[in-house]
Amino acid sequence: MNTLNVDIKKKCGDFFLSVKFVTSGDRFALLGASGSGKTMTLKCIAGIEKPDEGFISLGDRVLFDSSKKINVPCRERKVGYLFQNYALFPNMTAFENINMICRDPERTADLLKKFNIEGCASLKPSKLSGGQSQRVALARMLASDPEVILLDEPFSALDNYMHTIIEREIFDILSEFNGPSVLVSHDRNEVYRMCGTIGVMDNGTLIDVQDKESFFKHPATVVSARLTGCKNITALTEDGFASDWGIRLELPAGTGAAKFAGYRAHYFEVVGEEYKGRPNVFEVEVERVIEDTFSRVICFRQKGNESTSPDSLLTYITGKDVDAGSVKYLKLDPSGLILLER
Amino acid sequence: MMDLSPLLITFKISLAATAFVFVTGLLLAWGVTNLKRGRAVIDAVLSLPLVLPPTVMGFLILISVGSNSPAGKFLDNFGLRLVFTWQGAAVAAAVVSFPVMYRGIRGALEQTDSTVIQAGRTLGLSEFKILRKIMLPEAAPGILASVVLSFARCLGEFGATLMVAGNIPGKTQTMSVAVYTAMQSGDRTLAYKWVAIIVLYSLLILVGLNCLPSLRRQRR
Repeated sequence: MNTLNVDIKKKCGDFFLSVKFVTSGDRFALLGASGSGKTMTLKCIAGIEKPDEGFISLGDRVLFDSSKKINVPCRERKVGYLFQNYALFPNMTAFENINMICRDPERTADLLKKFNIEGCASLKPSKLSGGQSQRVALARMLASDPEVILLDEPFSALDNYMHTIIEREIFDILSEFNGPSVLVSHDRNEVYRMCGTIGVMDNGTLIDVQDKESFFKHPATVVSARLTGCKNITALTEDGFASDWGIRLELPAGTGAAKFAGYRAHYFEVVGEEYKGRPNVFEVEVERVIEDTFSRVICFRQKGNESTSPDSLLTYITGKDVDAGSVKYLKLDPSGLILLER
Repeated sequence: MMDLSPLLITFKISLAATAFVFVTGLLLAWGVTNLKRGRAVIDAVLSLPLVLPPTVMGFLILISVGSNSPAGKFLDNFGLRLVFTWQGAAVAAAVVSFPVMYRGIRGALEQTDSTVIQAGRTLGLSEFKILRKIMLPEAAPGILASVVLSFARCLGEFGATLMVAGNIPGKTQTMSVAVYTAMQSGDRTLAYKWVAIIVLYSLLILVGLNCLPSLRRQRR
């Protein structure tokens, strides 16, 4: 199987992109907040944007090499790029959109059938729904016989129901596809379901690359911890004081250099007054209670904590059966802490 | 019966000039949209005839393609003389109406969604195919409008034409020049007639232009 090798740098105004990763078959995810450079990275791989320096290769083909002045044009890179807004050719029907690329009406018909959109064959993009447009775009992408598949937030414009369905279809395509693929997303759940390896982008830099299991268990940085959905994060002083949270933590033995700690919102345990003042225990001052679909979200701070950082407000997610008024003391389990060095 | 030759001459000149300007305007507009560097300067040079006085344009045309210039001598080999001929008037009309065509088409081409063009590239389409199959169909109404406006500009051309082609009745005398001549010789009636004709067709062209967007909506 081909390997995609990316090591690029690009300056864009005061934004600096620096990305380095290698991936082959296990579906690579670029996870990051909007504006972190994920899409720019994909565009550099596809040849839509030109990096200032670096190297991109796919299998034994060099796509870009600044030291040898190689920059293969976009149309010769054999890159399947799925755009966020589908980017269908507006003046052509669904059939023409696909047939324009493979120039084989039989194959086009097969692709329409594969994606279950034979009924829309003669419709123009303006008449297609989001899900149908996405399927036409996928079929058109496959019609170009790509050697790498790049997906740019492919579900962001779809409603919840369509998201689930298209996500499975794309998963199947990527599983069948014999080559590397890169998914750009800001959604940790989507990335966990779809991909094998996850790389975190922060302000233009790829900072943390891990396989997905260890990524969610041991994110390496504060940014990655937040992207895994960890709601509560604090800075730690050397003697174990959680300065944002305003309580003293008793850390497990042998945890040395951690400068930050994170704790997941549903790991807290409600305890009685006898725990007051002990390490790892919050004296809860409830700020607000949010009713979610299947859970209750309690936002609280340590009583008397004068820190004004956003992290001084913690989140406890519990079942609908727990009454916020009854939550006076919350204990955290130190073995559940995510310890972070940066 | 008034001599209608200025009408025929004007349309002959305008058709020839518009055809020429359509091809060059389209190619240059496409070239400039694909340009990465030097756009501002090249665009300014191509738009220059829009702001220069007609006399300056006429002067520049005369010295660049007149009988004594290298280009003029070259054309002379093929028996083509531009000074005091309808072909010369067509060149003047073409130069003056070029920016109208070029800027209109460029605007229409730039309307195409850039991600659609990028998608075409990643899917392996050549630049020319992207122009032909994606950009042109999308830009067609805007291009048509540019052709009409540019044609109308040719019909109304006066200054540069007068300088290059002169005022030879039945040969290079266009309608706008005919109005001028009629006024100069005190023939007000004739001037009125030409003015009426020019105002009428100009109005028709502009009304037709305004109907273009609704045509586009019906097509969708």
